[in-house]
Amino acid sequence: MGSHNSNHQQQGLSGFIADWSADKESFHVPWGKAMMWIFLLSDTFVFSCFLIGYMVMRMSVVEPWPNASEVFALEIAGHHIPLVLIAIMTFILITSSGTMAMAVNYGYRRDKNKTAVLMLITALLGISFVGMQAFEWTKLISEGVRPWGNPFGAAQFGAVFFMVTGFHGLHVSIGVIYLLIVAYKIFKGHYEETGKYEIVEITGLYWHFVDLVWVFIFALFYLW
Amino acid sequence: MATDTKLLDKEQGHQAHPVSLYLKIWLLLFVLSGLSYAVDYMQLQGVLRWTLILLFMALKAGLIISVFMHMMWERMALICAILLPPLCLTIFIGLMAIESNYTFFSRLTFFTST
Repeated sequence: MGSHNSNHQQQGLSGFIADWSADKESFHVPWGKAMMWIFLLSDTFVFSCFLIGYMVMRMSVVEPWPNASEVFALEIAGHHIPLVLIAIMTFILITSSGTMAMAVNYGYRRDKNKTAVLMLITALLGISFVGMQAFEWTKLISEGVRPWGNPFGAAQFGAVFFMVTGFHGLHVSIGVIYLLIVAYKIFKGHYEETGKYEIVEITGLYWHFVDLVWVFIFALFYLW
Repeated sequence: MATDTKLLDKEQGHQAHPVSLYLKIWLLLFVLSGLSYAVDYMQLQGVLRWTLILLFMALKAGLIISVFMHMMWERMALICAILLPPLCLTIFIGLMAIESNYTFFSRLTFFTST
C-alpha cells in the first residue's frame, strides 16, 4: 500500500520525475562521484577514438613512421638523451597523482590546510607539465612539424601528435583550474560546516584520469 | 578518536585508507614508469619491446584505477557500470585493425611505384 500513494497523486512534470526516479538508488556513493565516474567513462571513449584513429593511421601508412625516440630527444649538457623531456613529464604527472591521492586522504581526515596545500602542489605540478608541453610544441613547430606534414617521415605523425597531446593538455589545463577553485574553497572553509570533503575525492578522480590517459599516450604514441 | 574515524569511514563510504598504502603505490608507479622509459633507453625492439610496453602500461593503469581512484573499494554495481562498457572498445580496435591492414595492402598494391 505504501508504495502506491505519492507517485500516483503527482501529475505533470513532477509526476514524470517522481515516476522515473521512484526513490531507487543504484550507486551508494555521493551523486557527484557517480556523475564524475560517468563523465570519465564518456571521456574514455573520446580518448579511445583518438588513439584508435592513431592506430589506423599508423597501421595503414606506407611511408616510414618518424622515430619518436629521436624526434623527442634533447641535447642536455652535451649529452644526447632520447625522449628525455617526455620521461620527465611522465614523472611529474605521476608525482602530481601522488600528491592528489594524499590530498584526498587528508580531506577525509578533515585536515583543511593540508588538503588545500596538497591540492595546490598538485596544481603547480600540472602547470609545469603544461609548460613543458608548450616547450615541446614550440620545439617541434620550429623544426617544421605541421598537422599536414613533417621532415621526419609519414605526414600523419603531426596530425596525431597535435590532436592527441593537445587534447590531453587541454584536460590538464582544465584540471589545474578545477584544482585551484576547489583548493581555494577548502582554504576558505567552505566545507567546514557540513564536513563533507567528498569534493576532494571527485576532483581527485578527474586528476587521476588525466594521469591515466597519459599512461596510454606515453606507451602507445611515444614508446611504440 | 578511534570511534570518530570509524564513524567517518562509514558515512564517507569507507574511503579513508592508511597513508603508507598510497606511498607504496606511488613508489611502484615511479618504478614502472622508470622501467617503461628503460625499454626505450635500452633500445629494445620487436615483440619484446611491444610486450613490455603493454605490460607496464596495463600495470600502471590498473594501479591508478584500483588504488588511486578507489575502484577496488567500490561496490560491484559501480565497478561493473564503469569498467564493463569500455570492453566493447576491443571489438572496435579489432575491426579497425582489420580495416587498416586492408588499406595498407591496397596502398602497396595500387599506390606505390617501384
